Amino acid sequence: MAQDLGSAMAMLADPVLLLVMLASAIYGLFIGAIPGLTATLATALLVPFAFFLDPLPAIASIITMSAVAIFAGDLPSALVRMPGTPASAAYTEDAYRLTRAGQGARVLGVGLVGSAIGGIAGALILIVAAPLLAEVALRFTSYEYFWVAVLGLTASVIISRGSQVKGAIALLLGMFLSTVGIDIALGYERFTFGSTALLQGISFIPAMIGLFGLSEVLRIVMDPAARGARVRLNTKGMFRDTFRTLWRYRKGMASGTAIGGAIGALPGAGGDVAAWVSYAVAKNTAKEGHLFGRGKGHIEPIVAAGSSNNSALASAYVPSLVFGIPGDTITAILIGVLLVKGVEPGPALFSGQTPMLYAIYLTFILANLLLIPLGYAAIRGGGHLLRMPPAVLVPMIVAFCVVGSYAINNGNLEIVVMLLMGVLGYLLERGGFPLAPMVLGLVLGPIVEKNFMQSVIKTNWDLSQFLTRPISAILMTTTLLVLAWPLLRPLFRRRTADPVTRLE
Amino acid sequence: MITTQRPLRLMALALTAGLALTGCGAGGGQAGKAGAGGECDKAPNYPRGPVQLIVPWAAGGGTDSVARFFGTELSKALGEQVNVVNRTGGGGVIGHTAIAGGRPDGSTIGLATVEISMLHWQGLTRLDYRRLTPVAQVNADAAGITVRSDAPWKDAKDLVAEAKESPGELTASGTGRGGIWDLARAGTLLEAGAGADAIRWVPSEGAAPALQELVAGGIDISFASLVENRTMIAEGRVKPLAVMAPKRDPKFPEVPTLKEQGYDFETAAWRGIVGPAGMQQNIVDELSCHLDKIAHGPAYKSFLDKTGFGMQWRDAAAFGEFMKAQDAEKGRLMKAAGLAR
Repeated sequence: MAQDLGSAMAMLADPVLLLVMLASAIYGLFIGAIPGLTATLATALLVPFAFFLDPLPAIASIITMSAVAIFAGDLPSALVRMPGTPASAAYTEDAYRLTRAGQGARVLGVGLVGSAIGGIAGALILIVAAPLLAEVALRFTSYEYFWVAVLGLTASVIISRGSQVKGAIALLLGMFLSTVGIDIALGYERFTFGSTALLQGISFIPAMIGLFGLSEVLRIVMDPAARGARVRLNTKGMFRDTFRTLWRYRKGMASGTAIGGAIGALPGAGGDVAAWVSYAVAKNTAKEGHLFGRGKGHIEPIVAAGSSNNSALASAYVPSLVFGIPGDTITAILIGVLLVKGVEPGPALFSGQTPMLYAIYLTFILANLLLIPLGYAAIRGGGHLLRMPPAVLVPMIVAFCVVGSYAINNGNLEIVVMLLMGVLGYLLERGGFPLAPMVLGLVLGPIVEKNFMQSVIKTNWDLSQFLTRPISAILMTTTLLVLAWPLLRPLFRRRTADPVTRLE
Repeated sequence: MITTQRPLRLMALALTAGLALTGCGAGGGQAGKAGAGGECDKAPNYPRGPVQLIVPWAAGGGTDSVARFFGTELSKALGEQVNVVNRTGGGGVIGHTAIAGGRPDGSTIGLATVEISMLHWQGLTRLDYRRLTPVAQVNADAAGITVRSDAPWKDAKDLVAEAKESPGELTASGTGRGGIWDLARAGTLLEAGAGADAIRWVPSEGAAPALQELVAGGIDISFASLVENRTMIAEGRVKPLAVMAPKRDPKFPEVPTLKEQGYDFETAAWRGIVGPAGMQQNIVDELSCHLDKIAHGPAYKSFLDKTGFGMQWRDAAAFGEFMKAQDAEKGRLMKAAGLAR
């Protein structure tokens, strides 16, 4: 252990790695601070660069960038009432109202330090939980993997914001697209229409770059959002004020971090869901809950939800590293990059490549420490960060989208997939369909199918194995509980009023 | 105002740094011209620019590592940059099609694999060996039969006897349906006079996941090459019963061939350098000459020792004959096993 930690430290001491982390952090700050550009988009745009890096710097760049981007999303949320990333959306109203009341520096300071603490706590959850789960994962065969993937699919629909019917439609659309190409089990062509290029199927990385990247471009071009006025921030005494606030609401922060950690670890739910749930819990447990989102706003939900989204970000790596099943959209892209780099996520990572694993852990902690000085600089820079003119921004994003898609397989089909998915993503979002379930469908669809087919072929269609194996039975029960959650929820309604559907 | 401009400038810096990185990645590896000329320089005007070496399989895999080895060595020999380009998907169709579609001037070559002689019989493409120019075969790994250490069979005969007695009870894996190791299974059974489905095939994404299933008890047999199973063989978790080669593998001298056990069947996954159809003879000669030196040099030997892959050299003419024979043989076998469409 100590020896592995030592070699992990040595891996981190590489100046190239540190430079990559710094550059990614600044990039994350920039993308996160621009309303509408999400941390997922930033990750998708990072793909072409990640392809040219060694495995560890590639992972480190994605980790650092996303940690910083999630905080940076608080900036436009406080300054112009536009969440920089969906993960900030839960507490935008409070942040903006407080800023208007002259407390902007306090809001952002709390957001910054809360994010860093939440992020480090999430990393600790990852460090403790991942190896334990990896032990269990070693006993997984195709039946168990089938259920984990089904659980991820179910959770992505039930927890998704907005209409669950639309979530389910998006999911099925994603699963349908994942069937294009050679079928995994028996080698038949499906939906290829005689085209050789389509035999490879719809690769999910270009699909995601299109869904999240190009669709944003279309949105910016179609309805150019009015930029808010410049707000002045007085950062004098910010940190003292921040720590005093955090200490006062330490319980809220602890519960936010814990909720974030738990939700992030579910396959298919990430920082934005964690923030919404933490907000709801804080509102229902706080004495001043009735003041949240009204009048001058309230700082407590920012403490809770702000630490929650960063904590979820780290714990999303638990299912990703242990099962190779993404915890959120960011880790879905990361898994793709890892596979290209020859690092196979799964239980073997925990027995074989321990120094690599520790290096990933340490990267999380380092990234969250890096967040504080950079975030402080960004708060000082304040409103200027939001003033990137679309005429500069949009062509740059399009260029990154095209390069990123091509880099996956050096082929043109990927660019076409990216373009079509961009249009589809734009239309779906306009229609109120969430995109995350669609991505999960694309990623998990083949996993569900492959493991189902392997299982039934192994046993000659004896389906009882899916129900009677102990781990299978537990996973199936969990899936059913998640599925029944909308029916059970009214029973809890008194205690946990649901801001999710109300705000939608 | 100067201070407030800083974040923007930092961002610009970060972006430029990123772009510069990409540039380095794409342009790196420029080799000197020192290696050009010499006895292998049979095409004086070749190469005129960077050569791309297409790999039909993913980065990080076995075929990729072979391609990257030859890419590096060829780059030194030709005195020109050789870029390894992975074109994956469609069970190898995409990459092989990309090789065949290149210009036949030697600027596009590729590492073809045994699948070129199988894919068109499966009906996945019309592409076959006739649309490629053979340059040289560099490797072959024979199929094997590997079972769990506690399995009741002590040789291939025992195993086949049980498969004949209760057809469809045993399960095996190693590749997808209709893949090379599935053919090894079918070929062994047909040779032994059993039904082609006497052992059922469980599709997997390759030898590694199949090995995990084998150890976990999900399947009974892996037909993958012994080198792909060597970690678990070394640990004693699984035992090899046979190797489907003309003679024993020097790395596993105690494992008898299938022929020694009375079944005259052999098959292997092979890899070789090819170009698009219609390549000029002198370019083929030049490449083949360089590859001959590389494949028989010390660097390749230590590469093979490290990775466990098997050496198999065939020059352009022999490799062409071999691909033709393979195509016919695979077609016969796949039709007999019901895998052709």
